[in-house]
Amino acid sequence: MQNLKLREKIEEMSGVSVLKCMRCGKCSATCPNYDEMEFHPHQFVYFVEKGEIDKLANSKSIYTCLSCMACVERCPRQVEPAKIIEAVKLLQIRKQGNNHLKPEQVSVSLDPELPAQALTSAFRKYSK
Amino acid sequence: MKKIGVFVCWCGSNIAATVDVKAVVEACKKEPNVVFAEDYQYICSEIGQNKMADAIRDYKLDGVVICSCSPRMHEATFRKTAEKAGLNPYMIEVANIREQCSWIHKDIEEGTEKAIVLARTAIAKVLLNAPLQAGESKVTKRALVIGGGIAGIQSALDIADAGFEVDIVEKKPSIGGKMSQLDKTFPTLDCSACILTPKMVDVSAHEKINIFAYSEVEAVSGFVGNFTAKIRQKARYVDTAKCTGCRACMEKCPSKKSLNEFNAGLDTRPAIYIPFAQAVPNKATIDPNACIKLKTGKCGICSKVCTAGAIDYEQKDQIIEREYGAIVVATGYNIINLDKFNELGYSDCKDVITSLEFERLTNAAGPTKGHLICPSDGREPKKIVFVQCVGSRGLRPCDKQYCSKICCMYTAKHAMLLREKHPETEVYVFYIDVRTPGKNYDEFYRRAVEQYGVHYIKGQVGKVIEKDGHLEVQASDLLADEQLHIDADLVVLAAAIEADDTARKIGTMLTASMDTNDFFTEAHAKLKPVESPTAGIFLSGMCQGPKDIPDTVAQAGAAAVKVIGLLSKDTLKCNACVASPNENMCNGCSLCATVCPYGAITYVDKEFRIPGGVQVRRVSQVNEAICQGCGACTVACMSGAMDLKGFTNKEIMAEVESICK
Amino acid sequence: MNFTYYPGCTLKAKGKDLDIYARKCAEVLGVTMDEIKDWQCCGGCYTTSQDEIATKLASVRALVEAKNNNTELLTLCSACHNVIKRVNNDMATNDYFNFRVNNYLKLDQPYNGEATVIHYLEMLRDKVGFDKIKEKVVNPLTGKKIGAYYGCLLLRPSSVMAFDNPENPTILEDFIKAIGATPVIYQMRNECCGAYCTLEDKAIPKKRSDKIIENALSKGAECLITACPLCLYNLKVNGGDKIPVYYFTELLAEALGVK
Repeated sequence: MQNLKLREKIEEMSGVSVLKCMRCGKCSATCPNYDEMEFHPHQFVYFVEKGEIDKLANSKSIYTCLSCMACVERCPRQVEPAKIIEAVKLLQIRKQGNNHLKPEQVSVSLDPELPAQALTSAFRKYSK
Repeated sequence: MKKIGVFVCWCGSNIAATVDVKAVVEACKKEPNVVFAEDYQYICSEIGQNKMADAIRDYKLDGVVICSCSPRMHEATFRKTAEKAGLNPYMIEVANIREQCSWIHKDIEEGTEKAIVLARTAIAKVLLNAPLQAGESKVTKRALVIGGGIAGIQSALDIADAGFEVDIVEKKPSIGGKMSQLDKTFPTLDCSACILTPKMVDVSAHEKINIFAYSEVEAVSGFVGNFTAKIRQKARYVDTAKCTGCRACMEKCPSKKSLNEFNAGLDTRPAIYIPFAQAVPNKATIDPNACIKLKTGKCGICSKVCTAGAIDYEQKDQIIEREYGAIVVATGYNIINLDKFNELGYSDCKDVITSLEFERLTNAAGPTKGHLICPSDGREPKKIVFVQCVGSRGLRPCDKQYCSKICCMYTAKHAMLLREKHPETEVYVFYIDVRTPGKNYDEFYRRAVEQYGVHYIKGQVGKVIEKDGHLEVQASDLLADEQLHIDADLVVLAAAIEADDTARKIGTMLTASMDTNDFFTEAHAKLKPVESPTAGIFLSGMCQGPKDIPDTVAQAGAAAVKVIGLLSKDTLKCNACVASPNENMCNGCSLCATVCPYGAITYVDKEFRIPGGVQVRRVSQVNEAICQGCGACTVACMSGAMDLKGFTNKEIMAEVESICK
Repeated sequence: MNFTYYPGCTLKAKGKDLDIYARKCAEVLGVTMDEIKDWQCCGGCYTTSQDEIATKLASVRALVEAKNNNTELLTLCSACHNVIKRVNNDMATNDYFNFRVNNYLKLDQPYNGEATVIHYLEMLRDKVGFDKIKEKVVNPLTGKKIGAYYGCLLLRPSSVMAFDNPENPTILEDFIKAIGATPVIYQMRNECCGAYCTLEDKAIPKKRSDKIIENALSKGAECLITACPLCLYNLKVNGGDKIPVYYFTELLAEALGVK
């Protein structure tokens, strides 16, 4: 489903323009978590350009981006896919009851060595 | 009373669609002094020109205003017609009602109103215009070519063959440029040296060509037809008149650790060296940063082995001053520094190389005698990955925004030659787009794919890791929607090209305009592609933008033709719109001389009669042959003494008043 | 040399060592680290979305403190450094963001990104100087082959972080040389360790860490150093203890003889 309004919203949130993309595939070439993603960084850019945002928003891929910024740094066109992935994810988790990570999920698996930073980052990334 | 005629051009629908030309004619008729006004479809046409000439004669016009396109387009045409009809060409004024009016307005009422204002303004100015006569200046019949690569070589040969003297200034010890480093050339795969070296020999043997190798242009003054250049001939510490090029010194030199620039740093050379076998001039040069004698005072072996007695450790740089009528810029290019692209591993993996290094590794005269090996351990590579567009077509500060143009073709060449010589080698090319326009170019690339089995993959390389002596290449295959991990032996990067680092300095010296990438700008992108907007400066090769050898040679020839056209004239008509000081008002402050970019203004002591005697005052004087009419002095002059003919302060104020009316 | 110091949560708990050694070394180097009294957690992760305001306020409060103290804001944890530096950049360059933050915080004086955020490593390089550190080393780690692990947060995005060349950094290598050891260059030093994904799926950081460690080992590294507690955790715990991983401050303390 084409949704150009949503595309505008994503571009506004991420602050980047998907039309700058020259489809070189550098983002997906450099992505360290490529294998864990159903949709890959270059597809995020392309589907947002086409306004097909729903299928991205409903994919697990939005939670597997490591925010390592490798694609942001290496994108020659300054499209910066990680920012687009983050915007799509925020659209999703900002909806009520849509938190990806809930506190009760965590306590069970907590490793005594795990730094607090991992927890705060994960909650910031996955929940509102 | 002055009689003025006005012509309003339709320019087809270019003007007429947004400006009511009839209304402009009617409005002009009401202006004082206008005795004639008419519109016509194309005033630049022969019929239009005849109409203008007839009106000048029939109405005995003192001035003509043409409302049409920009004066850059047709002012010269109109001036010629006026002159033929007996009117001084500087009594013509062009009101630009196209670029500055019809093209930028959509509303016809607005457009018409503005066109009338512009016409009225031109009428106000032409009423104050005075007839001007252009002077003449002599042409020095010698050309300077800056840069001795294939572009400079071709331009020099063509100019010299027409009978004019040419000096080539090359900063390196030999001419030949990048082309001398290449192995084969696309799309015919002939050997680069085989086609270049005969030209280098021609240059060296040509009686009209003088080579200043290991030299740089330090300063240029003057103007078209009359340039003066200061050339610094750097000390080679070798008397070139005596050196026979025997290379005995190179063998015996104990300092052999300097990176060999000619082999792209892949091996080393002695401190005294001749860069390559076919070097022109075939003379040795001592690298002062590596020579033990020059650094410590001890050694002197080369001087002992030189039977010609050519070594001269005391040699100093020399400054040579020469005059030229025209200058060809052929400063060429370099590949970018890859420090900011180290996800591809160039800085710390020896087996990640640039395409230029690849050329040297496959060249029979290269460090491995043409035997392709991995620089890290000397093994033969079995799997090779080529990466396109490294640093080209990007928007980050480290990127170049343009396409480097030559990489698609040379990579196809590399891949094809590899598969031809080593069919067992697997070759991958990662591309964004394959851009191969040009005669026989796409066919060439297709041959690499279809006949030679080169794997072209749409995608980019994202990371190269060196592990246990081989390279892990992580890349995207966009068509398969896969991330690939290739175990490669060699990775070859098609690094973006950039203007040579001397270009900016030379551009400033010549007041030749450049773009933000330090490429020289042409006077007109389509119609004056080899001329700089600065008169007398011509462009040849990569200094103007990325191009391959065929394009470079074609442009070098075109630049040469323009130079020949210029040098074949004995005199040039000067600009009639030059500065002229009013000596009675001049207070001798020197400000105008300070701001003049052409050095056209000097000061003289002059006697003036004053009541009760004679007073000697220092006043400004303009050399009309040098003045380019830029007007900087008129703005700087505090006392209002300096005026520009054809654009006097009075004329400009009349225009301003007319606009504000 | 005085700095306003922002330690962050992790450095008060699981990442104590990073902080303790940094303070000891600072003393030797004549650097005063004034900890902000009531600092708040930076959140650990910068949200790139331009309409995120609330999650960035803690950083602004720390920045304002530094501005009021008239000193630079010193950070140590890579994550805190990344978040605070990026928020500071937003305050200086994004008018709409700046307006909304100031509107909410109602400070005595509006904050416009005046403070400078400096990482402990940058402080060593630019304020103290690696040459000076070399002079103060009493126990040089001669012969030790150390791989610098930069990770992501110190370097990227380089347009804001301006920490070092993001693809070919040298600051940690220069640091390693300053304490008398030998740096080992390996290409994975600026690739992600898997970060917070460890909470959901340990397989991801394990795979990432394995790749980093393999690369470092193949180049001859005997240990790794880092400035990030989460990197250290992933490389150590998820990487399966294949190589010792230290905070860079621990080795600095060792070299300066204050461990």
